[in-house]
Amino acid sequence: MSDDPDTTDNDQPEEVEDKISDGRSETAEERRRVHDMWVAGTEEPDRVATATDEGAQELLPPDLDPGLATQRGVLVVDDYAEEEPRFDEEERQVLNMGPQHPATHGVLRLQIELEGETIRRVKPIIGYLHTGMEKTGETLTFMQGGTNVTRMDYLSPFHNELCFALATEQLLDVDIPARAEAIRILMTELNRVASHLIWLATFGLDIGALSMMLYGWREREVILEFFEKVTGLRMNHNYIRAGGVAADLPEGWEADVENIIATVRSGLADYETLLNENPIFIERTQGVGVITPAEAQAYGVTGANARAAGVEYDVRKVFPYSGIEQYDFEVPLGKHGDAFDRYIVRMEEMRQSLHIVEQVVETMPPGDYRTADRKVTPPPRQRIDESMEALIHHFKLFTTGFEVPAGEVYQAVESPRGELGMYLVSNGGTKPWRLHVRTPSFATVQALPVMMTDLLVADVIATLASLDPVLGDVDR
Amino acid sequence: MEHGKTDESQIDAVFPAASTVADAVDSAAVSSFTPRGGQTYVIIDVSRDDYPTLVQAARDAGYETFIDLCAVDFLAREPRFDVVVNLLSQQYGERLRVKVGVPNEDPALASITSIYAGANFYERETWDMFGIVFTEHPDLTRLLMPDEWEGHPLRKDFQVGSVPVEFKATR
Repeated sequence: MSDDPDTTDNDQPEEVEDKISDGRSETAEERRRVHDMWVAGTEEPDRVATATDEGAQELLPPDLDPGLATQRGVLVVDDYAEEEPRFDEEERQVLNMGPQHPATHGVLRLQIELEGETIRRVKPIIGYLHTGMEKTGETLTFMQGGTNVTRMDYLSPFHNELCFALATEQLLDVDIPARAEAIRILMTELNRVASHLIWLATFGLDIGALSMMLYGWREREVILEFFEKVTGLRMNHNYIRAGGVAADLPEGWEADVENIIATVRSGLADYETLLNENPIFIERTQGVGVITPAEAQAYGVTGANARAAGVEYDVRKVFPYSGIEQYDFEVPLGKHGDAFDRYIVRMEEMRQSLHIVEQVVETMPPGDYRTADRKVTPPPRQRIDESMEALIHHFKLFTTGFEVPAGEVYQAVESPRGELGMYLVSNGGTKPWRLHVRTPSFATVQALPVMMTDLLVADVIATLASLDPVLGDVDR
Repeated sequence: MEHGKTDESQIDAVFPAASTVADAVDSAAVSSFTPRGGQTYVIIDVSRDDYPTLVQAARDAGYETFIDLCAVDFLAREPRFDVVVNLLSQQYGERLRVKVGVPNEDPALASITSIYAGANFYERETWDMFGIVFTEHPDLTRLLMPDEWEGHPLRKDFQVGSVPVEFKATR
C-alpha cells in the first residue's frame, strides 16, 4: 500500500511536464490565431508608436486616436475655469473619475483638473442614472405613485414615500389617525438609522477602514429584517401611502424594535472606539472637504452636511410633520463643516433617532392604521366578499385611483441626506399634473466643486464619501 | 395656525419678511396658504421683468437658503409655463415661493445664479427638461439628458413613445 502513492506521485509530474512542453511547442502566432487573443511579441509594429514592454496595452499616439482628446477632457467645456491664474498649461492634467469608479456611490463622473496632486477644478457630471422618474410620476395615479418615488433615494425609501403621501394628503384634506402617524415616524426614523449605518460602512470602506464596512452592514441587516417583516420587502416598500400605511405592525414588533435599539446602540459604542481616536481616520477626515454655513445655504445644502457646518436647520424642528414635534430629540451641530464633523453629527443623529424610536414604542397609540375616509382607503377585506359595491369600490380605487382636488403643494421632510421636498401640482384628476422632487443629494453634488477645490486628489474620495450622496436621488 | 387661506390684510403682520420682498416691485401679488397639517407658505406671483429684482430683494430680506427651482407646463394656459422658485429663511422659519409665467413663444427668463449660486444645476435641469432659456447663465447645457438629445422631455407635448430605438435590426 505504501508503494502505490509513491508510484502515482512519480507518474503525475511527468504527464504535467509533457502538457507544458506541448503548449510551449505552439508558436506565438498560432496561439494568437487559435485563441483570438493578444500574445506578447506578435503585435504589428506600426500600430504602436514605440515598442515597449507593455506591448499593445500602450496608448496609441495622439494623432491615431481621435477619442483621446475627449478622454483627456481637452474638448470638454468647463464652467469653473474663469479668473484663475494659469502658470503652466502643460503641467495641468484632467483626470476623469467615474462614472464607474467604485467609490462614487453610484454613477457619478467627476472631471478633475490636477496640478501635480492638487485639485484645481472639479466638474460633477451627472445624469447617468436618469430614468425620467418625474415624467413617470405624471403617468401613475396618486395610489401608484409611491412605487415610483420610493425608488428615487433607494437608501431611504420610507422618507420618499412619506413625502409623497403627505403632499397628496394636503391636497386631499384628509385626517390621518394617530397610530398611522406614529408608525410613519417609527419607520422613517429606523430608516434614518439604517441609511446612516450604510453611510458609515461605505465611508469606512472608502477611506480604508474595511472592518467598519462589515460592521455597518451587519447592524443594518437587523433593521432591514424588521422592514421585511413589516412591509414584505427589504427596500422599495410602498408601505406609507396616502391615508395611512399599507398594513398594521406585526405581532411582537415591540420586541424586534427593542432588539434593534440595543444592537445598534452597542454597535455605535464599538464604532466610536474604533474610529474616534484613530489617527489615520482623523488625519484623513479633519479639515477635508470644508463647506461654510453661507456656502451651504446658497447652494441649498441641507441635512447633516449643513449641520456639520453649524447651520441649525432641521425640517423636523422648523416644519414638523406627522406629529414628530411630540417626541423629544435634539439636533446635533458641528463646527468646522469638514468630513470629521459630518461623521460626528451623523453618529449623534443615529442616537437621537433611536431615542425617538424608543418613545414611539412607549407611546404607540391604539386605533386604525389608515384613515376611515373611503375616498382613499379601500373597504375592509370581509366587506368585499359580501358586497358587490365594495368589490367595485376596491377595483376602482386600484385601477382608476382617487381624484385629488386641484392645487399645488410643496411638502418637505428631513431625509437622512437633508431636505427632501416634493412640489406636487394637481389639476383635479387621479394623476399628478406635475411631480417635482427636490432631492438633497442633487444640491450636495452641485456644491462638490466648492468643497473639493485645492484639496489633494486622495481627499476626493474622503469628501465624497462623507457627504453621502445617493446617485439615484441625484438623477431620478 | 388655522389651515386655509391667510387673510390678505394679515400677511404683513404674519410674514414681515415676505411683505418687504413684495414691496420691492410693483407687479408682485402676495398670497399665503396653510394646508391642513402642513407648512405655511407665502406665494408671490411676479412678472418676468421684475423677477430678478424680486429674487434679489428676497435674498436681502433674509431668505438666505436656496431650496428649489422647477417649471410646470400647463400646455393650454397662457402663459404656458410657470417657473417656481422655493426659498427658505432659516432665521424666520418661513418659506417663500416665487412664481413667474413664461410664454411659449419666447421661453426665456433671467438667470438667478448670480444671486443664489445653488440655482445653477436647477436652471440647467429646467432648460434640459422644459427648454426654458435662462439668459446669462454661465453654462446652460443639458444636465440629465444626453447632449445630443432632441426635445425637452417634461413638456406635456413631448411624445414619450416616439424615441428612436438604437440597434433595432441589421439591414
